[in-house]
Amino acid sequence: MQDIVLIGMNHKTAPVELRECIAFSPEEISTGLDYLKSRPQVSEAFLLSTCNRVEIILATDDTSSAVMEAKSFISRFKGIPSDRFDSALYTYQGEAAVQHVFRVAASLDSMVVGEPQILGQIKQAYQLATSRNSSGVILNRLLHKAFFVAKRIRTETAIGDNAVSISYAAIELARKIFGDLIGKTVLLIGAGEMAELAVEHLIRHKTAGIIVSNRTYERGMELAKRFKGKAIRFDEIIEALTVADIVISSTGSPDYVVSRQQVKNMMRTRRNRPIFFIDIAVPRDIDPEINTLNNIYVYDIDDLKGVINENVEDRKKEAVKGERIVDEAVIQFKRWQENLDVVPTIVGLRRKIEDIAHAELQRTLQSMNHLSSEDCRAFDRMINAVIKKILHDPTVLLKSTGSHWNKSAYLDLIHKLFKLDPSSDSHEE
Amino acid sequence: MEILTNLTILMYTFGTAGYFAYLFAQKEYLQKTGYGLLFAGFISHTAFIVLDFHHSGHLPAVNMNEALLMAAWAIVCVFLWVHVRYRLKILGVYAAPLAAIVMVMAVQFSREPGQSQTIFNSFWFVVHILGIFIGEAAFALACGLGILYLIQEHAIKSKSRGFFYKRLPSLELLDYTGYGCIIIGFIMLTIGLITGFVYAESLWGRLWTWDPKEVWSVVSWLTYAALLHQRMTVGWRGKKSAVWAIIGFLLILFTFFGVNLLLKGHHQDFTRF
Repeated sequence: MQDIVLIGMNHKTAPVELRECIAFSPEEISTGLDYLKSRPQVSEAFLLSTCNRVEIILATDDTSSAVMEAKSFISRFKGIPSDRFDSALYTYQGEAAVQHVFRVAASLDSMVVGEPQILGQIKQAYQLATSRNSSGVILNRLLHKAFFVAKRIRTETAIGDNAVSISYAAIELARKIFGDLIGKTVLLIGAGEMAELAVEHLIRHKTAGIIVSNRTYERGMELAKRFKGKAIRFDEIIEALTVADIVISSTGSPDYVVSRQQVKNMMRTRRNRPIFFIDIAVPRDIDPEINTLNNIYVYDIDDLKGVINENVEDRKKEAVKGERIVDEAVIQFKRWQENLDVVPTIVGLRRKIEDIAHAELQRTLQSMNHLSSEDCRAFDRMINAVIKKILHDPTVLLKSTGSHWNKSAYLDLIHKLFKLDPSSDSHEE
Repeated sequence: MEILTNLTILMYTFGTAGYFAYLFAQKEYLQKTGYGLLFAGFISHTAFIVLDFHHSGHLPAVNMNEALLMAAWAIVCVFLWVHVRYRLKILGVYAAPLAAIVMVMAVQFSREPGQSQTIFNSFWFVVHILGIFIGEAAFALACGLGILYLIQEHAIKSKSRGFFYKRLPSLELLDYTGYGCIIIGFIMLTIGLITGFVYAESLWGRLWTWDPKEVWSVVSWLTYAALLHQRMTVGWRGKKSAVWAIIGFLLILFTFFGVNLLLKGHHQDFTRF
């Protein structure tokens, strides 16, 4: 019987220095898949490589030598001695491998549980595998099932519902204040990776304009150009507060850049339209007392982290529900895989033909009362002989061993042609 | 007739259950169910009022029972408008139980349509009643929106978030919808007051009689006028606007119940039971 083996490493087992040595580019994956497929022990192959993980999934008759093959493939292909990465590798077989694939696809195994990118990355890797013809009946089924499980977990649990990064948490809050962010003006004070990321996310929500203010005006100009906004001088910030709705501040200033009194005066000109201050600077830029003013909301970096921690906890609770869905799917997959073996297929096929033949015989004999019981037995014998002869050739073919042919594909085809599987299982996708 | 009121109460109660289930479970179909039930209740409620009008020859708002039935009808009417206009669904957790409670209160009072006085049978009277009731229902919803706003504002300001944070819409939508309700309420109340004066003039030959209900209605009208004025000129919004919407509605409640129960006047009959 064909089994599934998986070897891989992820952010938990391997440090980034190792992961970057072993990461595969799409071209490398293509040639790698061709190579793996050409090995006699391997009948199907799939390779996933992201910044957090490398996973090789194989369908094989001989699991232990397939694992050896995969290890030596990494070592040779990447030019690294295998003892350098051996300890970081995990190996799963059969059910455990299936479970791992489902968990990865559903983002239960991700660094940030519930982040959605991994599913897209697996889909791309799967496209590569199908384009190289390296995946067959078993891995196709496995991956389709994985997509199905991931989608189900996403819709049935709240695993991806709450923001778990600073910039997304800030946007979530902004949406609770302003509703949609269309047409809102963003003021960026200072610069920095996190602040710029937040601005990029905001632009995606169709905010109207970006105003950038930096201590060095040139740097401000640069950023403004990048965000298609406009740059102002550092001392113009207070004036800009009359138009800005969302203020992201991230300067290295030791003192508050915006004081309570300044904002209070501005609110009159703004006619109390709300402002949301996102202060990600340490030490803080925005006087926290501003939060006590009406229609103004100030969140500093710790407040945002508080939001994230809460959301991470929520996701963990949801992940438990996700694990249950995975377990259920693993059992279903195992049942399908077991049926895909030679003996159950032949048994199933025989039963199907016998059922039809005997039912029809029964119907015919019922209307022929003149036949003796001896005649009936003769018909019965004939029917059985016919069934035996029909099944002879397929049985011999399926039981033949040795040659490197894709038995799973034949088995799968027979299952489909004669509808041997219970219908519930085949309609899910 | 009785069966229609009972059916309406049943629908509003189940609608309330639907909205509360939606509040907790956050499933869209629960909200749709609640809305559907409320809508069905509204249809049977409207049928009841139309039949009653036809039967007695005047708009059923001349005693406590009828006045409360009318108030519940107006609340649901305005809520359905808010739902369609602003897509603000969660307000159902306020409007549905409010309508159900007012209905249940209404049927506690005796249903004695009794004297069909011709003075209740005029165009001005109908417009006066509809204007006042729809206006006050809009203020009732503005008050509910004010409460929801304060809850959500507290969740964001105090950084504690919690149960309601996820379940309530944005502050902007709550504020904007409340503003819309106050505008509608103000327009309707204005129409109701003016037609009331015209009606009084035609009936008694006097516009203004220092009836306590008249006085307190004008006080509430002035309160909302001040709120709208402040919003348009200096941008009173958010928390301030929410608090004033609640205060305004308390005044309305006093005008509706308090004046009739504590003070005397020519509106007194309408709360007789």
